[in-house]
Amino acid sequence: MLNVALPKGRLGEKVYGMFARAGFECPAVLENSRKLIFDNEAAGVRYFWVKPSDVAIYVERGAADVGVAGKDILLEYRPEVYELLDLNVGKCRMAVAGPADFQDREDRTLRVATKFSRIARDYYAGKGRDIDIIHLNGSIEIAPILGLSDVIVDIVETGTTLKENNLAVLETIIPISARLIANKSGFKFKTGPIQRLTEELRKEVDRA
Amino acid sequence: MIIEDQVMDAQERIGFRLRELYHRHGYRRYRMSKFEEYDLYSRNKDFLFSDGVITFTDTNGRLMAMKPDVTLSIVKNGRDVPDALRKLYYHENVYRAPDQESGFREMTQVGVECMGPVDEACLAEVLALAGESLALCSERYVLEISQLDVLSAAVNRVSEEKGIRKALLACTTEKNRHGILNLCRENGLEEKSAEPLLRLISLYGSPASVLPELREIAGEIGAADAAEELSEVLDQLEESGISERVLIDFSATGDLKYYNGIAFKGFIDGIPGAVLSGGQYEPLMRRLGRKDRAIGFAVFLNQLERLTEGGGANA
Repeated sequence: MLNVALPKGRLGEKVYGMFARAGFECPAVLENSRKLIFDNEAAGVRYFWVKPSDVAIYVERGAADVGVAGKDILLEYRPEVYELLDLNVGKCRMAVAGPADFQDREDRTLRVATKFSRIARDYYAGKGRDIDIIHLNGSIEIAPILGLSDVIVDIVETGTTLKENNLAVLETIIPISARLIANKSGFKFKTGPIQRLTEELRKEVDRA
Repeated sequence: MIIEDQVMDAQERIGFRLRELYHRHGYRRYRMSKFEEYDLYSRNKDFLFSDGVITFTDTNGRLMAMKPDVTLSIVKNGRDVPDALRKLYYHENVYRAPDQESGFREMTQVGVECMGPVDEACLAEVLALAGESLALCSERYVLEISQLDVLSAAVNRVSEEKGIRKALLACTTEKNRHGILNLCRENGLEEKSAEPLLRLISLYGSPASVLPELREIAGEIGAADAAEELSEVLDQLEESGISERVLIDFSATGDLKYYNGIAFKGFIDGIPGAVLSGGQYEPLMRRLGRKDRAIGFAVFLNQLERLTEGGGANA
């Protein structure tokens, strides 16, 4: 039985659709119930919903054999997992945003508000720019408006929230999408089922 | 004197059994009773398993480190002895911070190091010992083996730029094929040049099923000798009785500044991460002024905490 950690929410439902079309169906997953774990013995899968940012932890620690996590989470937490497939859904980008007319002044430390401290640190270290990271857990967009930071590093999907707050994307750091990840040890002992799942999902991605 | 099993926890029990195994194979104990200067670790920080090192000032004012690693000490304190194989094992506590949040931890590690005129028979012996070490922990184990000289040649085909090579190796460790293709696109590199590397990543299985294709790929990228050596070592491993648990898998990588040749990792069903890690580390030997060839591995006993008597892992 393959244990699959799916990210709660719209993306997770979309991803489940791909799993189902790839032959790993378990209709109970989409029912509105208080159940936490859903089995389909015939298909050899057991699904569970977890917070999107926790999927990588479940997989790295072996509670799930495979899971679906955003590239943003993988870059931020660097879990020791295999990244088997780019599912090409949940597409967005990691970007630097700030007031549209923002001009970076090199003579002072750049204040960056973000949920993704590591990504921000690595990005600016690569550019040799000294920054002050302000780690926030949500509503990042408000930081430059209130003068808490100069810019933000965050996920941008359509850019609508930014526009409504008179902010704009200043630089794109990296494109993001959902990835199929697997536990390294699990892969050795459930090789057949994990490879089959990966191949079937690859066909789904190519068909889309 | 016989010590009752009940007075030992799983880590201690396995630790002593491993020592017995290595002793039986002619390995002598290396005892790390002193501390090294912090400088040794800071100059080789990418060799360490984790970033942090606990430091303290010694009575003479020198900045020292609480053992984050044992191999570096063995290499630094050893001397090249031509024509003599030096076979050592250790059983030590090391201090590492596996991640930022959990802070420093004391971990117990048992390992072997083999230095000197390391030939194919010696490489096969160390691999067999790695397999036997895993078998002592559980019968449900896998020893995955790769060849870093072949991998390095495949990576060089794509790019010789340091940053890109590092990123390509990271993708290899993750079995991340799309990541390699993205790197090619982003850096204006020909995707075709990554073909040998992508083929290596796809290789996965028993030596018998994988070696013919591996030889073919290695031949195309000028690494035929390395593949041939691996194949001869694996032939010799046949006699050890562990070969049915051996897999070729190029996701077992290592930093090429320190490692070369054969690299391997051991996994046990039910334990999420590698419990054993090893390989040849001749570039490290050169960095520390040594001429000898060298291979070794470490067993991470702290990973075995949840191992039950039956050999499985409890949650």
